[in-house]
Amino acid sequence: MLTVLLVVIILNFLMLHLAPGDIADTIAATMGGADEKDMIQLRTEYGLDQPFFIQLFQYVIKVAMLDLGNSHFYNMPVFDLIMERLPATLLLVFSAQIVSLSLGILLGVYAAQNPNGLSSLFVNMLSLFGYAAPVFWTGILLLIAFSLYIPIFPVAGMRDVTIESDNFFVHAFDVARHLFLPMITLASIFLAYYSRLCRASMLEVLGADFVRTAKAKGLSQRDILMKHALKNSLSPVITFAGLSFSAVVSGAILVETVYSWPGLGTLAFNSIIARDTPVLLGILIFSTLMVTVGNLLTDMVLRSIDPRIQGSQ
Amino acid sequence: MSTLLSVNNLNIEAHTRTGVVQVVKDLSFSIRKGETLGVVGESGCGKTVTALSIMKLLPKETLKISSGNIIFNNKAINNLSDRELENIRGNEISMIFQEPMTSLNPLFTVGEQVAEVVRRHKKVSKERAWNRAIELLDLVKITNPEKKALDYPFQLSGGQRQRVMIAVALACEPKILIADEPTTALDVTIQAEILALINRLKDETGTAVMFITHDMAVVAQMADRVIVLYPGEKVEEGTVHEIFNNPKHEYTKSLLAAVPKLGEMVRRKYPEPMRLIGKGDTRIVKPIIGTDEPILSVKKLVTRYSIRGGLFQRIKAKVHAVEDISFTIMKGKTLSLVGESGCGKSTVGRSLIRLVEPASGEVYLDGQNILDLTVKDVRDARSKIQMVFQDPFASLNPQRPLFDQVAEPLRNYGIFRLEELQKRIGDLFDRVKLPRSFMKRYPHQLSGGQRQRIAIARALALNPKVIIADEPVSALDVSVQAQVLNLMMELQVDLGLSFLFISHDMAVVERVSHDVGVMYLGRLVEIGPRQAIFRNPHHPYTKDLLKAVPIADPSKRNTEREMNFKPLPSPIHDLTHDPKPSEYKKVAKDHYVLTTDCGY
Repeated sequence: MLTVLLVVIILNFLMLHLAPGDIADTIAATMGGADEKDMIQLRTEYGLDQPFFIQLFQYVIKVAMLDLGNSHFYNMPVFDLIMERLPATLLLVFSAQIVSLSLGILLGVYAAQNPNGLSSLFVNMLSLFGYAAPVFWTGILLLIAFSLYIPIFPVAGMRDVTIESDNFFVHAFDVARHLFLPMITLASIFLAYYSRLCRASMLEVLGADFVRTAKAKGLSQRDILMKHALKNSLSPVITFAGLSFSAVVSGAILVETVYSWPGLGTLAFNSIIARDTPVLLGILIFSTLMVTVGNLLTDMVLRSIDPRIQGSQ
Repeated sequence: MSTLLSVNNLNIEAHTRTGVVQVVKDLSFSIRKGETLGVVGESGCGKTVTALSIMKLLPKETLKISSGNIIFNNKAINNLSDRELENIRGNEISMIFQEPMTSLNPLFTVGEQVAEVVRRHKKVSKERAWNRAIELLDLVKITNPEKKALDYPFQLSGGQRQRVMIAVALACEPKILIADEPTTALDVTIQAEILALINRLKDETGTAVMFITHDMAVVAQMADRVIVLYPGEKVEEGTVHEIFNNPKHEYTKSLLAAVPKLGEMVRRKYPEPMRLIGKGDTRIVKPIIGTDEPILSVKKLVTRYSIRGGLFQRIKAKVHAVEDISFTIMKGKTLSLVGESGCGKSTVGRSLIRLVEPASGEVYLDGQNILDLTVKDVRDARSKIQMVFQDPFASLNPQRPLFDQVAEPLRNYGIFRLEELQKRIGDLFDRVKLPRSFMKRYPHQLSGGQRQRIAIARALALNPKVIIADEPVSALDVSVQAQVLNLMMELQVDLGLSFLFISHDMAVVERVSHDVGVMYLGRLVEIGPRQAIFRNPHHPYTKDLLKAVPIADPSKRNTEREMNFKPLPSPIHDLTHDPKPSEYKKVAKDHYVLTTDCGY
């Protein structure tokens, strides 16, 4: 995990290094130009005259000290900027993952009970829709339906600034109301994947020998499904959920943009438009961190389900 | 004795895409209290389907009972609802299955899986059920049951898992235990232990047993009465002694003739083909003498597999698969390697043609050391030494016609002209007794025995001198097995072939070999002429192995007291492990016994 992070940081540095121009140029540009002498002075000040590996080393140390440089668009440290936006994205990503996983598994189990029946057809249709429909399209559609025509959910943002209350629950409810549509939009794609995968793996498990053993023991259909079969069919679903964590994070960028959700996604979007490289690189580091933490969590869950997975390191 | 279960005029249909097939025809039989009913027949005879139908465990979409009834305890149970049947399943009738590796749920501890069935049928507390589970594990002779109950199935060996399955089945003291090929997937020593266990528990608890198997020797060991099934129909029924000593039906006779019986070759110095009944088998059976001219000699062969791990995938330990083995095969003769799974016998075969690279040793084929050759020269040497594998389903490419598959080795060694190929392959098909029209077919259109013939034809294509046959008949039914064995022996006579015959089946080995080597944990513990090994075994492992083999004779039964096999130690050692060389004591002419400690 640390290795992955280090590689990403080094890649980051390479991108910075390979891109035309450096910080001195940027600063000079914001000052409205500088002469050759000032430029040399700036470069010594920022250590840009040092050899490549020393610069790399210094960069890694800086990142490790959580110094990601300054955003020239927002004119504040990148780290503070990201920290301000991170909770919103985390909330969106994790709630979407949890909703899509739990609903997907439920639907999958339901469909697997009768693989040729209507319920199975419904799950298949739903997944097809989920695969096919682009997120921004679903997002806008939901927005029009549930904010404009039937205004039960707010159109954009994360909070209603007009609420004047000290009660924590009032605020929590407000955030939840704002969260609902973006979360559903983001969850819809992954719900499709998970339900489909869960249905397939349930069907496979239901044909396994130990399910026959469970039947021969006299267990009821419900016990066989919910105890013996479900636990066994979870592994592929959860493995896939872990792998798709990065897709959820990148999906979040689109969803956040559609709903003006004040998270890393909108920040990334604005930074791209403003060519704010330090912010983008900071976001890259943090999304890597998020994905690796997500994978770590998946591994931990898998290990708790399946005793055969053991620490081999 | 009163009847416990009776099946009357049972008919079962299989609904397939191509139509309806009758898999069980008008079958009637009954099981009495406390007896063991053996149900025998070859694959596809409907024995498993019958067993599953009693508990209504047939897959609903494909298999249906079309008529007949099943009476248990004076009550028809074939019309009961699932809910009512659930109270009988696992409680009054329980079942153990063939595959101990997959029959237990991998994600629950074995204790939980035993306790679960107790909780389901007896209204007891969680704690009582757990204690009962431990009691049951102790009953099936799992050592240290309190600790083992907390293990997951993957931590147990195949034999232990089958014991757990038996504990599950016996948990509620059922009136009938249905055992569907419970030992087929197990090694012979473990099979002997499990069979003895089932026999003991049957005596102690008075449970009736319905024992389903394809193995006549196992039936002889277990059954009181036997029914013989032949495609879906009962062809014969009788006590085990009647069936074995005085079979009436032609099929039963041919089935018994096809089973190699351990000990029947004791007085014969040379192997000879089996005399089969039916299909006008009037060949004169002649012993296969062979020569005393060495063709393949192996000296001090060592093969190890590396286990890698850690951040940089360094070698952390080694599996000592083959440890200092030497033997010689004579022209026109068969040397068999026997041993249980994991003893390294297959690795020997693979090492000889360098499918795995041996760590050290010498392999002389026709005076040329194969292990010294460059990769290119090994290719040439492989034309003289060919392999036949165990699984005829997996070792043929499903996408290519059989002509191409047999032609492939010829093409690999530079024969491309179509007329020549057609002539050679036509001859090969004649040799293995397959119609030439099969050349255009694909593997799925053939039966298991026919596929194994194709595999033999492919091995013969290059006129090899030695054929390594790795469990060539283990996946086949007995009657087919006998035909393939006879074919191999005929080819040996006609072509002067030498075989390295790798097998776990002592009775088959006794039938086909001139010489036998017994392997244990990578070492050859005893090697010598077949008669000497079978009549006068010296090494304790050879003795135990021979004792464990079920004999197809109901008057020679094993009891649990005689069983005392040691579990196999791990062949995995760290890198510093330096095993002692194998040293042998000569006990008779050509008969050697290992004196080095091999872990048994």
